[in-house]
Amino acid sequence: MTVISASDLSLTFQTADGPVHALKDVTLDIGKGEFVSFIGPSGCGKTTFLRVIADLEQPTAGSISVNGMTPEQARKTRAYGYVFQAAGLYPWRTIERNVALPLEIMGVSKSEQKQRIERVLELVNLAGFGKKFPWQLSGGMQQRASIARALAFDADLLLMDEPFGALDEIVRDYLNEELLKLWAATEKTICFVTHSIPEAVYLSTKIVVMSPRPGRVTDVIDSTLPKERPLDIRDTTEFLEIAHRVREGLRAGHGEV
Amino acid sequence: MTRIWQGNAGPVTVVVAAIILIWYVFVVVLNAPWERDQAARAGTEISFIQLVKNTMAQERPVLPAPHQVVAEMWDTTVNKSITSKRSLVYHGWITLSATLLGFVIGTGLGILLAVGIIHNKAMDKSVMPWVIASQTIPILAIAPMIIVVLNAVGLSGLLPKALISTYLSFFPIVVGMVKGLRSPEAIQMDLMHTYNASAAQTFWKLRWPSAMPFLFTSMKVAVAISLVGAIVGELPTGAVAGLGARLLAGSYYGQTIQIWAALFAAAALAATLVAIVGLGQRIVMQRMGGPA
Repeated sequence: MTVISASDLSLTFQTADGPVHALKDVTLDIGKGEFVSFIGPSGCGKTTFLRVIADLEQPTAGSISVNGMTPEQARKTRAYGYVFQAAGLYPWRTIERNVALPLEIMGVSKSEQKQRIERVLELVNLAGFGKKFPWQLSGGMQQRASIARALAFDADLLLMDEPFGALDEIVRDYLNEELLKLWAATEKTICFVTHSIPEAVYLSTKIVVMSPRPGRVTDVIDSTLPKERPLDIRDTTEFLEIAHRVREGLRAGHGEV
Repeated sequence: MTRIWQGNAGPVTVVVAAIILIWYVFVVVLNAPWERDQAARAGTEISFIQLVKNTMAQERPVLPAPHQVVAEMWDTTVNKSITSKRSLVYHGWITLSATLLGFVIGTGLGILLAVGIIHNKAMDKSVMPWVIASQTIPILAIAPMIIVVLNAVGLSGLLPKALISTYLSFFPIVVGMVKGLRSPEAIQMDLMHTYNASAAQTFWKLRWPSAMPFLFTSMKVAVAISLVGAIVGELPTGAVAGLGARLLAGSYYGQTIQIWAALFAAAALAATLVAIVGLGQRIVMQRMGGPA
């Protein structure tokens, strides 16, 4: 079943320096339960594509559907959870109240809120930290709390925009592993923007390689790695071959400029 | 010995002592001519020691000595019943009530305008220039007109004075709250958009709490100028009560000691009001999870 379907999607920003083609003729289908990574240098439109899915940007040409609806309709049915580059937790709310934020807005009852907060904090390994304020947590823990917040209302689609980009590699490895477990446990569809090749290969069932000026898709790689992935899978030849193909795709995209 | 200098107490004491010393020097310098005149008129010589002594005990000095001001303040607060027309507490209360009423109205008005400005493009474009223009008019020029106009429509007493305070105090609130309500970062606004949150939800859950530090900072400025507004409101109206009236009466009758006492009372009142707002800020920020 297709969750996201884009065809000939283009988005041009009008700036003072003339038009910027953030996306050009992007055609892509994402199936239910897939883990799709978008990788490419800055300016390739990977974040813009995610923002179009989320109805945070409007395409200027082409069409896109999310769960068979327009992005706006999908947003209004709260079809997705969005995790930003920064955790963006409210400093005046405790972790559990931060996770409760979308639930409050959606009018979920207090008892149900409590139940869901407990469940998602457990999912991201933050059980027992609910009463802490964000400043009392490390950067990695804050980002996990923001993932919990995106999971709280149980949307089937999770959009993640370089969620671990600001974290150090050790924390990132750990969170990648956690994210795979979470994906296996929840069977959600995940769209994940990154500029790290190992991260993209390790996490994804499908890797979308993009290139800049204009932002477009240069390669779509279906991963042959098994669903069960310990961290040391990154040393296997299969992993390295996929990583190599991604690198080639990125280089090709650059060469055409 | 060294411990005294680590806190605030040491430096503050030194500065205050220095100010008082300089003050006493000026007392002698400024009040001496009158003493010499008196001596010359009486045809007597005056010794330097006597001159210095006299300059600090004049009834209507050019510059009263600190201890004279303190004595006057003590006399007009502790030694007078608070209902007496000569009590600084009585006059202070009159001014304080106008200050507080004006401050409350000004804060409310400022917040309302700021909310309008951030939610309405037309208001954003049209209101802000007027808000800024309003502050370029000297308050001394507009205060009598406010009093006269309101008097003509039957409003007199506390409210007209309070409205002059409002006129001054709403300004920092508008400016601070517009900035504060716009302070949430783009991703936090985007997040609200992804939740399909209504404007009201975005306001109460994101904009309002984000604006709190800005509100309190503005309120500190606003409460101090509210007091200025209330005092200014008392000056041109021939008010018989209030710190402003006290200042005016003092200057009519050359009661410099009374003027200085009223000035210090006003300064102490302003400092207290700012400190109370600051305390409120600390309490609210702590409740909002700030580091203790």
